[in-house]
Amino acid sequence: MTYASLSLTLLFVLIPLALSKTLKLGLERDTMIATVRSVVQLLAVGYILNFVFASESVLYMLLMISLMIVAATLNVRKKGKNIPGITWKLVVTLLSIEAVIMSVLLGLQIMPATANFIIPISGMMIGNSMVLCILFLNRFQSEIAANEHTIELILSLGGTPKQAIHQQLMDSIKASMIPTIESQKTIGLVQLPGIMSGQIIGGANPIEAVQFQILIIFALLTCATLSSIILGFLVYPTLFNERMQKIVD
Amino acid sequence: MLQHAITFNHVSFEINQMNLLKNISGTFYKGHITTLIGPSGAGKTTLLKMCNGLISASQGQIMIEQEQIERIEPTVLRRRVGIALQSAPLLKNSVYENLALPRKLQEQKLSKEEALSFLQAVGLGANFLMREAADLSGGQKQKLSIARTLVNQSEVLLLDEITSALDPKSVREIEDLVVQLNEKYGVTIIWITHNIEQAKKLGHFTWMLKEGQLIEAAATDALFQSENPVVQSFIQREVAL
Repeated sequence: MTYASLSLTLLFVLIPLALSKTLKLGLERDTMIATVRSVVQLLAVGYILNFVFASESVLYMLLMISLMIVAATLNVRKKGKNIPGITWKLVVTLLSIEAVIMSVLLGLQIMPATANFIIPISGMMIGNSMVLCILFLNRFQSEIAANEHTIELILSLGGTPKQAIHQQLMDSIKASMIPTIESQKTIGLVQLPGIMSGQIIGGANPIEAVQFQILIIFALLTCATLSSIILGFLVYPTLFNERMQKIVD
Repeated sequence: MLQHAITFNHVSFEINQMNLLKNISGTFYKGHITTLIGPSGAGKTTLLKMCNGLISASQGQIMIEQEQIERIEPTVLRRRVGIALQSAPLLKNSVYENLALPRKLQEQKLSKEEALSFLQAVGLGANFLMREAADLSGGQKQKLSIARTLVNQSEVLLLDEITSALDPKSVREIEDLVVQLNEKYGVTIIWITHNIEQAKKLGHFTWMLKEGQLIEAAATDALFQSENPVVQSFIQREVAL
């Protein structure tokens, strides 16, 4: 695709801008900011990836993955600012997921250990984990607020913090995993996933594209399960002190 | 001779730079009913929650019999010192499941026979056992909440305004129940109440708190005849209401 034909796609930006203006939705500024940011960020990433792939340096690849983890952590931690040590808990969660996924994919030689495979898949896993961590933290905090009396009741009857918060923890883990599982049930029927569509448009054999997509959705399932479970089990003990009293409101 | 159940030594509690309790010293006696009175915001609930370790003192010392509260493992302490709250929080489950909760937390089972005996102790019949807790009336919920605390065989029972939202008949039934628990099983009772007549009728001892301070603690008769102007003014205002 040439830059000239790419620029024609700006029509897709002009349509919402015009509608927002006509219907007085007040979204023109946000739409413009989103457009400029996405163009700048994607072009920057394109050039950076070009450089990293050409350099074939492991160090640059690790640096790129670290940057993804840092950016995801900074984005999610705002959602859990009342939770002590939320930053390192998120770093541990995201690092663990990256380690598990890459250990399986590279350890079993399912995919080649090259930057053009590792970086995009890491980006998908970390990005997906980021969304799941946000979903989990939102749900967990609202479950705790809604069930404050029950949590206090269990503590007051001689229950441990783990017993007091077990139901809220399990409900939040389940709730954050459901969107991933549900979207996988209709995959291919309602929509063709992005990576598969990209490969097909790029000229790849549809069967090969599907095989790769299957790899991704299986990995995303592990990612969904691990994200909320690891984060949940790291977060809940810090909501109580050593006298088993709830310390976060 | 009066034996000490819970003793406060110069206990203060501060949160968000607010002093909710200021230098409280006094003793709750074993096998007796002590009522706590005072206006809203006096720190009564904070004091009650300190007795079973749901809150810790910022300063001072709390003794459970002769033992410092910090030296007792929290889960053990909370079984020894049970609490029933005004809201009577219940699990969205059957009466039996609610009764069995304290045992479940210790990975033990509560037999149907035991459950029935606890229900009987609070004046609820066997037909209640499999009913949904959510379907009970306010008075029945409070009775179930007290019965559930009894499952832990607590030595001390903390009651936080448990009759304030109940009709007169239920209030009388709960009062009779608490007196029976005290007289029959020797359970030490510490009872927060807004009802001055209730405090006067049931308390062997009464503490009056205001703005986080213990204004007076004495045998109930003595407190109600106190010449302390703060105590008298509070009692007269409450009686007038």
